[in-house]
Parts: sequence; C-alpha cells; structure tokens
Amino acid sequence: MGAIAARRRTLPGFGLTMGLTLTWLSVIILIPLAGLLLKSTELSLDQFWAIVSSRRTLNALRVSFGLAFAAACVNLVMGSIVVWALVRYRFPGRRIFDAIVDVPFALPTAVAGVALTSLFAEKGWLGAPLAALGIKVAFTPVGIFVAMIFIGIPFVVRTVQPVLQDIDAEIEEAAGSLGASRWQTIIRVILPSLAPALLTGLALAFARAVGEYGSVIFIAGNLPNVSEIAPLLIVIRLSEFRYADATAIAVVMLVVSFVIIFAVNRLQRWAQDRVPVR
Amino acid sequence: MTMQIADSAPLSAPDARARARAAAARNNLRTEPKAVRIAIITLAVLFLSVFVVLPLVLVFAQAFSKGILAYFAALAEPEALAAIKLTLVVAAISVSLNLVFGLVAAWAIAKFEFTGKTFLITLIDLPFSVSPVISGLVFVLLFGAQGYFGGWLRDHDIQILFAVPGIALATTFVTFPFVARALIPLMQEQGTQEEEAAISLGASGLQTFFRVTLPNIKWGVLYGVLLCNARAMGEFGAVSVVSGHIRGETNTMPLLVEILYNEYQFVAAFAIASLLAMLALLTLIAKTILERHLDEGYDVNDH
Repeated sequence: MGAIAARRRTLPGFGLTMGLTLTWLSVIILIPLAGLLLKSTELSLDQFWAIVSSRRTLNALRVSFGLAFAAACVNLVMGSIVVWALVRYRFPGRRIFDAIVDVPFALPTAVAGVALTSLFAEKGWLGAPLAALGIKVAFTPVGIFVAMIFIGIPFVVRTVQPVLQDIDAEIEEAAGSLGASRWQTIIRVILPSLAPALLTGLALAFARAVGEYGSVIFIAGNLPNVSEIAPLLIVIRLSEFRYADATAIAVVMLVVSFVIIFAVNRLQRWAQDRVPVR
Repeated sequence: MTMQIADSAPLSAPDARARARAAAARNNLRTEPKAVRIAIITLAVLFLSVFVVLPLVLVFAQAFSKGILAYFAALAEPEALAAIKLTLVVAAISVSLNLVFGLVAAWAIAKFEFTGKTFLITLIDLPFSVSPVISGLVFVLLFGAQGYFGGWLRDHDIQILFAVPGIALATTFVTFPFVARALIPLMQEQGTQEEEAAISLGASGLQTFFRVTLPNIKWGVLYGVLLCNARAMGEFGAVSVVSGHIRGETNTMPLLVEILYNEYQFVAAFAIASLLAMLALLTLIAKTILERHLDEGYDVNDH
C-alpha cells in the first residue's frame, strides 16, 4: 500500500480522505483483528494444536464446517431452481417472491432463530407433522442444517440472478436451432456461463453459514460434540475465561474465512475474463 | 431484452402473423415443456414459503397469540422499553460513524486512481466475512479484564465492555462496509467530470462535495444507511459477546428476544421479535423503492 500516488490531481482532498480512511479502517477493523492474531501467538504451537485438536473443538468445527457445506449445497440446487423460476417464468406473486429472497439478509438472526425453532419444535407448525413421520428437527444437527439453509438462501440467488438475466438469447437460440435438445442447451451452453456465479454463491453461502451464530443456537440443542457449533464454543470458552481456547478456535475460523475471500476474488476475476463480447 | 415486435412499425396482417409465429418458435427454443415449468415454479415457491414465509408469519402469529392487549403490554414493559432505547442509541452511533466513514472512503477510492485500490476494498469488506462472534471477541481481547488495554481502562475507570461503548464498537465493526460499499460503485460510475468543472469554476472542495457530489449520490447514501441501520439494529452475535447481558442496561432488542425466549415468555419474546421483523420488512420495501431510483440514475443501455 506504500506507493499510493494520486494520478488525477485535479480534485482536492485525496490526502485527507485517504488518511482518514486508513486511520478509521485501522482503528475499527485492522487493529482489533491484529490483536486477535497477536493473542494467538502467545500460545506455543503445541498449545495451539492441543486446543484445536481436542475432541470437543474438533467436533464443533466438524459440525460447523460439515453442515455449512451441506447447507450451501442445498442452497446451490434450490437457489438455482428459484433463480430459474424468477428470471425465466412469469407466475402470480413472482415479484413478491423475488423480494422475499432478501428476507434472510434483513431479518435479525435472533428473530430467525426463535421463529425457526418454534416452527420446527415438536409442537410447531412443521415440527408436529415431521415428528409424526419420526423426524426430529429442532434441537438436533438437522435443526442447525435447516437454519444454515435459511440464512444462505439469498447468496446463490442474488449472485446468479443478474448473470442469468444477461445471458444472450441468441446463443441459446443458436444451440436450439442447430439441433441441441433443451437439456443439452442448458448443460452445455447455459451452465458453463453460470458456473463462476454459481461457485461464488456457493462460497458466500458456505462462509456465512460457517460463522453463523444467532439463527443457529436456538434450534441447535447445543449438545457438546453433537450439535455444538464452533462460534458457540468460542462464546462458551469466553464465559469460562479460557481466552486462549477462544482465540485459537477463532483463528482457525478466521483463516478459513480469508481463504474463502481469496477464492471468491479469484472466481470473480475468472468470471470477468470470460464475459462474452457483445 | 428479447423480443419487441409488438411496438415495431405497423405491419400488414400476414406479415405480423408470420413474425409472431417466428417469435413463438424462437421462444420455444428458450423455454421448457409446460410440465417442467410448473414443477420448477412449484418447487421454488414451496421452498421459499417453507423457509422464509412461514417463519415470518409465525413471528406475528406468536406475538398476537394472546391478543393485542398482551402484545402491547409486553412492549410496554420497562425492560422492553430500555432495550428499544438502547438499540436506537447504538444504531444512531454506528450508522452515523459509518456514514461519515463511507462518504470519506468513497471519495478517496472512487474519485482517485492509486495502486492497491482492490486490496483496500477487500479490507473494507472484511467484516462481512468474519463470524459475528469473532467480531465481538476481538473487542473482548482488547478491552476485557485480561485484554491489552484492560488494565489501563480499569485504572482510569473507563467502562467499554459490558457498556454502551463496547456495544456501539462491535456494531460499528459489523456494519462497517455497508455505506462505503453502496457508494463506491455509484461514484465510480459517475466519474469526476462534474466535480472537476465545479473546481475549475472556483468552488472549494467542500462546496463541490456538498453541492455537486452529494445531490448525485443521495439515493446511494440512503440505500447504504438503510442497510447499515437494519443490520445495526438486528445484530446479535457480536453484541451478545460484548454486552454482558445486564438486564435493563445492556440488552438490545435481539438480546432481549433471546432472554425472554429462554424464559419461555413466548408472547413477549415474539412481540419484540415482531418489531424487528417489521423493521426488516420496511427495510426491504424501502430498498426496492430506492433500487428503482438508483436504476434510473444509470445509463439505460447498461443495466
């Protein structure tokens, strides 16, 4: 960042606004995050490893990452179906359903958490019929999975929607008139142009679900080793004043988030490189 | 985007019919059999209804399950009022901090060229990808009793954690990117010509900003503030870690929802939750209206 040089010098205020931006960014975001990383260096590698590889931590990480990935995959499939319906078809209530996709973004996570729990509890609107079928959702890992699907819904839909809207009609028509079946056109022509957006949506939904706390903890049951998510274990360790443990788990999660950001940036560059010439 | 035969120049009847048939044939190449269409629409509607509509309806149904009087009685509890007030105060603090930051950062990033711009935007985006719990944890590590500044703060009798400053800080962290992210692409698209003209005509930097730039980006500012505010009022994880859950003092509305729910006071919990759900719905409606305004500002040819 050292070589910051304003090329356009016609407008005033670059030095001042850039200085304020960097200062404020450092105070609110960078220094606190650096503090977390610094704190983790107080642990020796052995100590760090002992915390991260303890049974309870490993299980919490497994629950968070495993279920988040499963939920992101469901969002990939269901999100694609929702996008296809919203973009390609006309049906009553389409605009309302389009707007509703953003609800998981806007609804506070605690509200989502209590609502989903009551919905899927044994006497809930959906929990009761499911219980009759012998399926327990609330207070089991399935509940965590359901909550993670909920919060991931907008990501796949909103990243894929603009790309699908922009796909050139003529390419599809060409494929069709050259004798490709509809299914072949979708798999060979449309899917490849959607691939970067689909993968970006998957990564974003996964990242969000891994770190999710509010909407999950109510429905999870929070049984150690079974239905305890990693963010909750951080909170528990903090309340026990085991700051080192909390820090070590947080560092693992932070590193994974950084890897995901990096992957998403790559994906977007890939997508930009392949924008068809119009 | 596809066919616009309807409003093309007047055609003779057979010509129009031939065109319509050709258009239908082309349309057929771009759609699926009716049964598949119905199946996809049904799946999409069913999925959104189960996962999004039902939870929303349930919030209001539960809140009013003991009647409208019980609903308002729950909201009039001193604890509820204290939580509502704290939520408003914290949102006001973090939204105004992030509004000023967003304007300043967007000016530096959108109006000038410099190396490392993409990296800087990635740094501003960081809070989006950090778990809310970690966003709270970092402030505990800084200001907690065992934290880096914990001792100094205690000696000087300054309370940050388990008090309003800590809650406001954690909320500001979590909502940091919203305004900047709404403004940067908008201001980049608008370029610098109008500002350069104003400056060359003798306007000062601040005059240029308030008289030229701000009117151009007002919908973008509102958009950013709206989303920032929704998240600030609804934040749970980060606030939960730094608040200390002192009843009537450091409980925001989402934290009070948790406490009441865990105490099986469902009407009260869902009454507070219904206020937050209404906030979310109003935010979405306002967002849709603002997006229309923002689209109008763009060039029609590139949407």
